[in-house]
Amino acid sequence: MVSRFWYGLAGLAVLLAVMEAVPRLGLVDPRFLPPASRILGELGALLATPELWAALGETMRGWGIGLAVAFTAAVAIGFVIGIVPGLRAATHSTIEFLRPIPSVALIPLATLLFGASLGSTLLLVIYASFWQVLIQVLYGVADLDTVAADTARAYRLGWWTRIRHLVWPTALPYVMTGLRLGATVAFILAITAELVIGSPGLGLEIQLAQSSGAVTTVYALVVLTGLIGIAVNLGVRLLERRVLAWHPSVRGEVPA
Amino acid sequence: MLEVSHLRKVYNGNGDGVEAVRDITFDVAAGELVCVVGPSGCGKTTLLRCIAGLLPRTGGEVKIGGVPVTGPPPGMAIVFQEYGRSLFPWMTVWQNVELPLKEKKVPRERRDELVAESLEAVGLAHVPKAYPWQLSGGMQQRVAIARALAYEPQVLLMDEPFAAVDAQTRAELEDLILRIWQRLGMTTLFVTHDIDEAVYLGQRVIVLSSSPTVVLEDLKIDLPAERDQIGTRSLPRFAELRGHVYEQIQRAKGAQIQRAQEAR
Amino acid sequence: MTEPQQAPRRPGAPLGVRLARALGLPVLLVLAWWAVSATARNFYAPTPDTVARAFAETWFGHRIADDVLPSLGRLLAGYALAAVLGIGLGVPVGLAPRLRAAAEPVLEFFRAIPPPVLVPLIMLLAGIDTAMKILVIVSGCLWPILLNTVEGVRALDEVLTDTCRMYGIGRLRHLIIRGASPQIMTGLRQALSVGIILMVISEMFASSSGLGFTIVLFQRGFQIPEMWSGILLLGLIGFTLSVLFRWVERRVLFWHWSHRA
Repeated sequence: MVSRFWYGLAGLAVLLAVMEAVPRLGLVDPRFLPPASRILGELGALLATPELWAALGETMRGWGIGLAVAFTAAVAIGFVIGIVPGLRAATHSTIEFLRPIPSVALIPLATLLFGASLGSTLLLVIYASFWQVLIQVLYGVADLDTVAADTARAYRLGWWTRIRHLVWPTALPYVMTGLRLGATVAFILAITAELVIGSPGLGLEIQLAQSSGAVTTVYALVVLTGLIGIAVNLGVRLLERRVLAWHPSVRGEVPA
Repeated sequence: MLEVSHLRKVYNGNGDGVEAVRDITFDVAAGELVCVVGPSGCGKTTLLRCIAGLLPRTGGEVKIGGVPVTGPPPGMAIVFQEYGRSLFPWMTVWQNVELPLKEKKVPRERRDELVAESLEAVGLAHVPKAYPWQLSGGMQQRVAIARALAYEPQVLLMDEPFAAVDAQTRAELEDLILRIWQRLGMTTLFVTHDIDEAVYLGQRVIVLSSSPTVVLEDLKIDLPAERDQIGTRSLPRFAELRGHVYEQIQRAKGAQIQRAQEAR
Repeated sequence: MTEPQQAPRRPGAPLGVRLARALGLPVLLVLAWWAVSATARNFYAPTPDTVARAFAETWFGHRIADDVLPSLGRLLAGYALAAVLGIGLGVPVGLAPRLRAAAEPVLEFFRAIPPPVLVPLIMLLAGIDTAMKILVIVSGCLWPILLNTVEGVRALDEVLTDTCRMYGIGRLRHLIIRGASPQIMTGLRQALSVGIILMVISEMFASSSGLGFTIVLFQRGFQIPEMWSGILLLGLIGFTLSVLFRWVERRVLFWHWSHRA
């Protein structure tokens, strides 16, 4: 709906206007809340510096590697657990216990093992994204249509054929959902690791800016992370749509 | 009891409007059971929703008991086709039937009476504490009907209520409606796409044209008042009437196709 | 915390079998941990009994009152406040299509900001005290609740809405919140994860007390078994809150298709 777009734009415009007016009118001390124009100006200035892009690159590197590792591991393990009879029941309790452990609990461990480096980022990112993807994969494998399964058995299809043509297409939408959720979580944890532990990346830049009192820079970087978060989400959604264009499926998206 | 005069409904999409209903005029006397039937897409549901006050009219007037309808009027109850979605899933059968009465501020004793009676009338007195999703489709629709009955409306509207139910259940529910109507004498407007059903149930059948819709015919059904699935449906008069309605609708569809071809 | 439908229930298995299934792998893992840590003798990997002892010594004492309970209290306060705001604002926004269209991009932007980033931001504004920590939790938990409430209210079944209009049933009291509750619960679940993360981060980052702070203290002081016991405690808290949440969810959403057999 075209009008939705304009309304949305209007909403953003209102936000910008408020964020500009409030500090300028003195409703909030502009030292603590700079006007939007200044924040965006600072962001623009930052984007012109190579340091920022280097930091951004570090963040995306941690995000990308961590997500790839977690995704591959979770898909592989998820399929094995889902397909081999009995494994799902045997692992259920372990998964249900480990899953809700907040990944931030591993921060002290990461600090000890890897210090302020990519390793810490990867530890957190992989741990958190792994569960997101695994749960969705398990769900996808379990969602097999009984009629389709019976058909496969009736035609005596081999296990590899079944996986390729039956299990994988059914699970694929869930796998993509898992990728999307995992990507979002990976980004959050990457920034978190950089923020709290000090691994190189945008999070570290934010922490440095905050401890040196560079208020506008902090805001600019926060806005940047928000924009990147949106970009990551949109990117994966686009990928999802392309991959799933060949797999029209009726599935209720498993609530995240 | 129910007067519909020159009802008109135009949907305003982006730009040009779609005239769903052009001019519909008919009356339903108090205590009558009138069926409305027409080709698919002829705006039967639009008509009903306009009468119910759920959809704003573009033109014309609807009056119940002489009072013009602007929004959903208090004396009207409606049974939707999608029974599963019209019942509150977090409430039991009893609570579902009771809820409109609570809003009407009917005192507790009378409420319990009405609910118990309606559930009995539809044959569900044995499952008051069940949840809708624990019941079959036919039973859920009975709950919706019981709710409408307990409300004691002046006019009962039914929007293709049995379209989503299997054939055998549909026959049972048709007879249920007939029995209830005969017992309580409620003014009923029954919309359906099933010609046989319309002729079987109605005292009159209003045949609609295809979009833009007008009333093609207001047919009096002169079958005996006592109807049953096997006997009545095998009467020669039944076959005549239904054949006549069928012809009308086919002609209406033909006219629509012709109009569409001319428009190209 | 993702929350799919319940794993397929095995109806008939006797209790002994079920217990074996539930405990089998965990016990195996603990034994494996024991074996590895005992033989490797790595400073960073203490044996399970060492950790268990440290757990008992560390956390069953004044620390419960000084660190653990206040942390949980702040989490609860922030979460509750976010829930009230999120649902309270989400309902009107969800009901007004134009307002919703205008607000959604803004809300989605705020949700996309990684919650931990809000910690240094709010620290700049509000310093380091209890109010700030609660504010941090609210600022992170609000968005998933708000956005999911908006979505839940928007997607209310129109047949139910029409039914309410016909019978004169008050929609706010009877339909809106209950009808949107499945989606609202999703938002509340997401917010719970965010809340826990923020609770820990805000204490690790800038604090002089609390669970997160204490664990970092152990880590900096190389008190490894104590650090592990802290991690274990956080895990237990995460697990317990998740179980509690699911229990509440099952009771509230008993009627929803996702909770029926």
